[in-house]
Amino acid sequence: MSAFLSYLVHGIAVGCGFALIASGLIIIYRVTRVVNLAQGMFAVLAGLTASSMLDLGLPHGLAEIAATIASAAAGVILGLVAIGKRGTSPEASLIVTLGVGIFGYALEILIWGDQPRSFAGLSGLLKISDLELPKQYLLIIAVTLLVFGALEVFFERTYLGKTLSACASNPGAARLVGINVTRMGLVGFALGGALGGVAGVVLTPLTPVSYDSDMPLFVNGFAAAILAGLRRPILALAGGIGLGVAEAMVAGYAKPSYQSSLALLLAITILVVQSARRSSLHVAEQ
Amino acid sequence: MIDVEDVVVRYGTAIALDRVSLTVAAGEMVALIGANGAGKSTLLNALSRVVPTASGSMRIRGCFAHVPEGRQLFSDLSVDDNLRLGAFRATDRDTSWIYELMPELDGVRKRRADSLSGGQQQMVAIGRGLMARPDVIAIDEMSLGLAPKVVQSLARQLSRLNEERGLGVLLVEQSARLALSLCSKAYVLETGRLVAEGPSRELVNSHFVVSAYLGSPLEETA
Repeated sequence: MSAFLSYLVHGIAVGCGFALIASGLIIIYRVTRVVNLAQGMFAVLAGLTASSMLDLGLPHGLAEIAATIASAAAGVILGLVAIGKRGTSPEASLIVTLGVGIFGYALEILIWGDQPRSFAGLSGLLKISDLELPKQYLLIIAVTLLVFGALEVFFERTYLGKTLSACASNPGAARLVGINVTRMGLVGFALGGALGGVAGVVLTPLTPVSYDSDMPLFVNGFAAAILAGLRRPILALAGGIGLGVAEAMVAGYAKPSYQSSLALLLAITILVVQSARRSSLHVAEQ
Repeated sequence: MIDVEDVVVRYGTAIALDRVSLTVAAGEMVALIGANGAGKSTLLNALSRVVPTASGSMRIRGCFAHVPEGRQLFSDLSVDDNLRLGAFRATDRDTSWIYELMPELDGVRKRRADSLSGGQQQMVAIGRGLMARPDVIAIDEMSLGLAPKVVQSLARQLSRLNEERGLGVLLVEQSARLALSLCSKAYVLETGRLVAEGPSRELVNSHFVVSAYLGSPLEETA
């Protein structure tokens, strides 16, 4: 397989993980207006939990599902702390998520220690003509597509999905029709936790995780979310894959150490451009 | 249905509502008129528990729906989704009766709410309120920014709901002419205080209401 195709497939697979983290960020942000700085923690928690479950003898599949549920539960707990108190501003909630993320470090070190952990994913290669694709990469892509398909159905076809969209669209009107916006925010945090958890269980076989792996995951997820304009989760799929492929190409053709800076650079550039555009719009309106 | 007694609402040190009392009986259409900033919307927000009251009491018997000022639709959702979300607390989420009541919405049920005309958006807002199957509905500035023909159509629909289903209505309006012609009873609010109240047929002959809110007697322009 040519180097280019190898980088491309690797980039798509890793980018799918970023997209999952980004979609969780977007759902939480849209429903609660809170940028969840602890989004990377969900992936780390799920990766570490899955490795422990597998060590305890749980079969693959069940261990990953249990780890994802644990991440969703962590999402609810984080949501309760961040937005549970009525009248908490999104800015205050953002700081709370940072604090909980740091508290998570302590808990993770206490339970799993400070050494990176991993577990075996799908081994082997799938040969298509002269292409050899690692099966774990294909699994990541398949799981991601399945999850995004389910998200699309959830938001487009279910009443709960529409209720979450209503809270994102107009929280004041949502309250008037009787929707408990805080409770829906907790549903958003649970979904965000689950999506971060899925990212964690599919990425950990590729890259071992430790308590402090959350920040690189968050930065990449945040950059993908910003690329998607923090709007629809489905747009994060394109954002995540685009970012993953770009990073893989930079690592492959330039230096691997540049890879981690790319997401940060991209996020900062987009934020500065958007901010400048908003400022000029504001001046034009005045 | 609605019983408001000596309600006071404060925004910081400013008094938005000063000992306001008002009643809406079952099946009654009541108007609350007043200029901008008189406190009309504040009263509705207090009834919906969006703003807290400093003192006084408010009792609502039966189901209450609030159609807020500016429509406040879920702009990126479809007309049908907006209507179904109005029934969040109800078990019956069938929207077909709203389309029968407002046939203008039937052809746009799949369109995004923010792509509709002002009149259609107001119909969706009222329809969303009705989906809660309320015993009384409060509508804030129904006529604002709408063409007279559209306002007349909405007024007819409200009267029909009142007559056929016994729906109680609390109509908050800057347009005193519309409110007094539609409702049997009215209250006049000025800078947070009730300054007049009574049957509409009496208020339309009141010198104060005619000079401050109608400009000319209602009969002459009807």
